[in-house]
Amino acid sequence: MDFTIKVAGEAGQGLQTTGAALARIFSRLRYHVFTHQDYMSRIRGGHNFYQIRISDRPVTAPRQSVHILVALDKESVDRHFKEPLQKGLVLYDPELVNEPLRGDNYLPTPFALIAEEVGGKKIMANSVAVGAVLGLFNFSPEAAENVVRESLEDKSEEIIKANLQVLAAGHRHARENCKMLDQFRTKPAREEKLLLINGTHAIAFGAVTAGCRFYSAYPMTPSTGIMVYLAGKSAEHNIIVEQAEDEISAINMILGASYAGVRAMTATSGGGYALMTEGLSLAGMTETPVVICEMQRPGPATGLPTRTEQGDLNFVLYGGHGEFPRVVLTPGTPEQAFWATNRAFDLAEKYQIPVFVQGDQYLADCEWTGPAFDLSRLHYTDYRLRGTALAGLTGYRRYSFTENGISPLAVPGDSKHLVVVDSDEHDEDGHIIEDAETRKRMVEKRLHRKLESLRREIAPPDLYGEANPEILLIGFGSTYGVMKETVDSLRETYAIAMLHFSEVCPFPGLDRFDYRKVLEEARSTLCVELNATGQFARLLRAETGFSCSSGVNRYDGRPFTTDALLDEVLRLFGGA
Amino acid sequence: MSKKQEYQGQKPAWCPGCGNFGLLNALQQTLADLAIEPHRYTIVSGIGQAAKLPHYIRCNAFNGLHGRALPAATGIALANPDMLVMVSTGDGDCYGEGGNHFLHAIRRNVNVKLFVHDNQVYGLTKGQASPTTMEGMKTKTQPFGALSSQMNPLALAIALDCSFVARGFVGDMEFLQHLMTEAIRHSGFALLDIFQPCVSFNKINTYQWYQERVYRLDETYNPEDRVKAFEKSLEWGDTIPTGIIYQHGRPHFREKIPLQSKEPLVSQTFDQKKSLSLMDEFY
Repeated sequence: MDFTIKVAGEAGQGLQTTGAALARIFSRLRYHVFTHQDYMSRIRGGHNFYQIRISDRPVTAPRQSVHILVALDKESVDRHFKEPLQKGLVLYDPELVNEPLRGDNYLPTPFALIAEEVGGKKIMANSVAVGAVLGLFNFSPEAAENVVRESLEDKSEEIIKANLQVLAAGHRHARENCKMLDQFRTKPAREEKLLLINGTHAIAFGAVTAGCRFYSAYPMTPSTGIMVYLAGKSAEHNIIVEQAEDEISAINMILGASYAGVRAMTATSGGGYALMTEGLSLAGMTETPVVICEMQRPGPATGLPTRTEQGDLNFVLYGGHGEFPRVVLTPGTPEQAFWATNRAFDLAEKYQIPVFVQGDQYLADCEWTGPAFDLSRLHYTDYRLRGTALAGLTGYRRYSFTENGISPLAVPGDSKHLVVVDSDEHDEDGHIIEDAETRKRMVEKRLHRKLESLRREIAPPDLYGEANPEILLIGFGSTYGVMKETVDSLRETYAIAMLHFSEVCPFPGLDRFDYRKVLEEARSTLCVELNATGQFARLLRAETGFSCSSGVNRYDGRPFTTDALLDEVLRLFGGA
Repeated sequence: MSKKQEYQGQKPAWCPGCGNFGLLNALQQTLADLAIEPHRYTIVSGIGQAAKLPHYIRCNAFNGLHGRALPAATGIALANPDMLVMVSTGDGDCYGEGGNHFLHAIRRNVNVKLFVHDNQVYGLTKGQASPTTMEGMKTKTQPFGALSSQMNPLALAIALDCSFVARGFVGDMEFLQHLMTEAIRHSGFALLDIFQPCVSFNKINTYQWYQERVYRLDETYNPEDRVKAFEKSLEWGDTIPTGIIYQHGRPHFREKIPLQSKEPLVSQTFDQKKSLSLMDEFY
């Protein structure tokens, strides 16, 4: 069982509500769900879709082919006309077309009319659509009740009831009029409860559970959802969330908060990060722990604001003037993003450095199902020197030279010890110096010594599939799911595997896992990246000396679909 | 009352005769008079001659980036409201590079005391025009004279309903200390713009130039009348007022953030267990 439903229409028509409701209902029924969205940078109009894949097995990427198209406007009918499989079905509002579309695979569904007749308001048309899709799968309309109630929690009981009646009417309409119901037979659902979470929420939830106390950012797609989530939780969880006047301010605010003694984070996209690079360098010089979440979208400049790309890898690796250590985590799934956020806060404070969680629009918006996160694995250590432990010291120097380069991080005001930090080169007390010897020792302290132990922290890449592969797909970040499914689809035919890097800076060494050997022994190595220049392939070559035999690069602002990547691999290795 | 010597930091590297010496003395004396121990306050600065001040006084110090002192100070003040947060900045640092932050720090009414060393010129980079340089003043980078009109930070602050707006002069130390004290006592954002002549690069706005013009506002002046205050802030010529030009007390930013715990963020123990329940919302 593996169906794809596409809800398409103009912005402002409620397709987001419809898609999100369906995804939630399916996951509550304990089916696996994968959703992705494609929307234009506008609030009204345009063409947008919300695509939901539902299966009895885990699904981790979008499919090209659609089984059910819910077309909320005429353009969607025209545009996606050819997309559904021959078995596919199009639900459309007959009021939108001049003459009815003929054939069993068209199900005229007067969304607005049913909504008005049954519920009294056209605005409930989305509930007709949700009901109709549930009807096609023969899921009971009652399965939707909780989700409808939650999405309308600020509305009256009367309105909720009317929506449920409208939904039931949509359900009936589909059951009574669809001539291909046998195409939509489902398998039994799973027994375990499933989470449904996207990358944005995984990162934001990860920040709360990691003890983030201060968040400042400037709104920028696709990172804004993190601020929306945290602002909603701020009062209850005692987090100050402040929308800064610009990204320069945002990063300097979190540096101030972190200096004062609390865990702090910001999130942005490429353009905002460009403004932050000066502050990033300050974090490096002052050794102030901060977490920066960089959610990529296609550039340069404003680029495609609502689409996806992995074009900022180099920028995040090398942004900021001067030399200082940093960590860059590139999670591939919402669950990895959750753990990466926890790790980011820990590593930032342990080593007193900036740590990046880098994602993209695709990771931010895609929803995945999976079992509950094992929260007992969460790590929380307060590395700061506070209260009596600090007061008991006879002397304190913010940048004292230590064996591992990590100097004690004291909370100012907690004792009579003064905490002095400076963006100028400084001595152990934090005061400005210009002499060569101190400068040299400071570089060695904050950069060389820290890097030695930092390198050992970095996780090796994840090898999935064949242990000794002939074909190896290589990638980082959000391509994890699509590469994994491609491997799954081809495993019976080829000795194939995926090598996925979720931590790329410092680049993983070979001591914990000799992945270089896997690379060298594979006949074909294919680097899969959502950028035009193969930034990761180049990084891999720079760090290991290994050159991939070929690359698959997509740079039209859209994610890979399983079908497209599969075709590409088959085209390249059809004869392997 | 404490002793001023207890506030002494490193030896200043300013030019002999620099107005900053007076300003530093006034601040040390004010803190000593108020008996605020050095670990109870943090001085935040950016880059410039004014920004070196935290090294010359015993304090917790965050000497950050050019123009960026206010955002860092905002983060500190929000994370630890028990800390007295002061910013030591200059006219170029604060009104030029950091202009946008200046506007928004005022709007937030964050509990930060902003002491601007206003010498109407860039000192550290050797004498270029600053936002408060008088129109027409010639410099090496403005050989035809400064072409832009002079910024009026006080009028701007009043336009933004800044909760405390004052001007001081290092040539009147007693009054300057009074103004610093009032700024520190004020709950909310306080702007104190301080004339401090640059003996090396500003040959127009000298000690004498200021001495001939500045006067103290007396008790008859009502700083709570915003329109009158705006009018007063425009006075620039043969006479230039010093004193509290405008004051509008109201809750500061941190007081308006309704967190469940009243404790400063920095003193709160993280309740990780409570945060875990958020996972239920994703079923």
